[in-house]
Amino acid sequence: MADQTVATNGALDAGGVRIDPGFLMRRRVKDLLARFILFLSASVSVFVSAAIVYILISESLSFFEVVSIWDFLTDTQWTPLFTDAHYGILPLLSATLIVSGIALLVAVPAGTVLAVYLSEYAPPKLREGLKPVLELLGGVPTVIYGYFALLFVTPMLQTFMPGLNGFNMLAPGLVMGVMILPYVVSVSEDAMRAVPDTLREGAYALGFSRFHTAVRVVIPGALSGITAAYILGMSRAVGETMVVAIAAGQNPNFTLDPTEGAATMTAYIVQVSLGDLPHGSIGYQTIFAVGLTLFLITLLFNIAGFWLRRRFREVY
Amino acid sequence: MTVDPKSPTTSESQRGSMNDLNLSQLVEGRGDAQAETGNALRADVQNLNFWYGDFQALKGINLPVHDKKVTALIGASGCGKSTLLRCFNRMHDLYRNNRYDGAINLYPEGDNIVGPKTDPMLIRLRVGMVFQKPNPFPKSIYENVAAGLRIRGINKRSVLDDKVEAALTGAALWTEVKDRLGESAYGLSGGQQQRLCIARALAPEPELLLLDEPTSALDPIATAKVEDLIEKLADTITILIVTHNMQQAARISDHVGYMHLGEMVEFDLASRIFVKPQKEQTRAYVTGRFG
Repeated sequence: MADQTVATNGALDAGGVRIDPGFLMRRRVKDLLARFILFLSASVSVFVSAAIVYILISESLSFFEVVSIWDFLTDTQWTPLFTDAHYGILPLLSATLIVSGIALLVAVPAGTVLAVYLSEYAPPKLREGLKPVLELLGGVPTVIYGYFALLFVTPMLQTFMPGLNGFNMLAPGLVMGVMILPYVVSVSEDAMRAVPDTLREGAYALGFSRFHTAVRVVIPGALSGITAAYILGMSRAVGETMVVAIAAGQNPNFTLDPTEGAATMTAYIVQVSLGDLPHGSIGYQTIFAVGLTLFLITLLFNIAGFWLRRRFREVY
Repeated sequence: MTVDPKSPTTSESQRGSMNDLNLSQLVEGRGDAQAETGNALRADVQNLNFWYGDFQALKGINLPVHDKKVTALIGASGCGKSTLLRCFNRMHDLYRNNRYDGAINLYPEGDNIVGPKTDPMLIRLRVGMVFQKPNPFPKSIYENVAAGLRIRGINKRSVLDDKVEAALTGAALWTEVKDRLGESAYGLSGGQQQRLCIARALAPEPELLLLDEPTSALDPIATAKVEDLIEKLADTITILIVTHNMQQAARISDHVGYMHLGEMVEFDLASRIFVKPQKEQTRAYVTGRFG
């Protein structure tokens, strides 16, 4: 670095201006200090993440000293607080997957259609207007979505589905679909817009209509990005807590029927964290085992999603 | 940009051995054969004006496009030659605030391509185009060539097979890809991709083929292949080509239009433009004294 050479040689004549060696020293100290502070703040976030993973794993290890992994993965009952305790993750897992599945059934078709519209059809002005509105949907606090599912969507569904429980998986699933919609739209629209205009021109030049261009050229070109959008949306739905904790109920229930209530993994963690189980007890440790499972699932989805996303960026 | 035929400074790939030849040698032998008059016209540009918003990019263009001949548009960057080419398939309609005025008649019917009542999509079903950079679709080699046929309602496998093979053969690519038709088009080299794009444009048998600097992204060997191909295609199809490369224009074209700042300065047989142009401006350009 130029200023280092100057500093070691003492004050030098720089273009006719004499530079004070003390000034150069202060400058170097400031530079080192800034570097140190930036490094420190960066390491804090890494340290916190590492600590979370460490605690998740260490608490889960003590849990799995009592409960075998086999029982954890195959037992169909989750009753850790009963005298006849069962520690099967399946009821929580199935509820999580059912609610997320319903959310995807909403978000995938609606999100894809919206993304195609925004990327291929909407005039620029309309697009600039619509995107903030969509982002607003993503900015609504999730607790509001939860109450919306419990107090509005469920009663509304009950008017034509009399058998629907007050707590059920259907309503939070639908609401969660709307919740992850902006995310699915934004990632898949990004992917579609990354398809170069030269491909669109090639399609139009062959006589393609706008619809054919979108369906036969743009979507195949953006496919890995669109898939990434679905997977990242799924990962959000799996990790989502408030909506299900409020509207899907707190009872572990191993069922495939979405009209029944069932606690998801996240809802169970909320329930136990808010309770007064003694620290270090097996009941307390269950939430770490569930948390670790949840963490691994979303990690898997995120890795898959980001890998696909990076891949579509590299195509062109 | 200075274009000197003896030591080209253009970024385009050129055939090394050809660089030493002068342009009149290149057009030699084709001049007399083309002297015949009364060629049927495939298209005819009449007093065409074109605006990008407020900017007038084409001014009163007149240009005949002879049937089953290669017509080249030459001129410095920004002279409007690509703009003119893209009028022939209404590519400008994809973007806002573009406006045409005048006529491009497409024969034998004489439909006005740029007429306000003309549906651009119907024009594009009749006029094919190959772009500067190869732009194959994210599909297999086979489906790339079949794309234009499927869009025209041809979906029968046996018919598609025949036409895909014919188009790939026509684009001199068949022997290289016949064993890997199901593979992604992105696995092909740049030159192969460009010939695939030519095959894709040829498959629906267009009445007119537009080539927008089709070799500017290719290496010299691939360029030579594409040039040979263009000469061969002209036996059966009308070609309008934009090129930066004067040697290329001299090698492959029958007629040449020289453009400058949105105007058609001179149009004539290639043999005359490169040997004895009528306008001083054209002469300055083709001899490299002016860019």
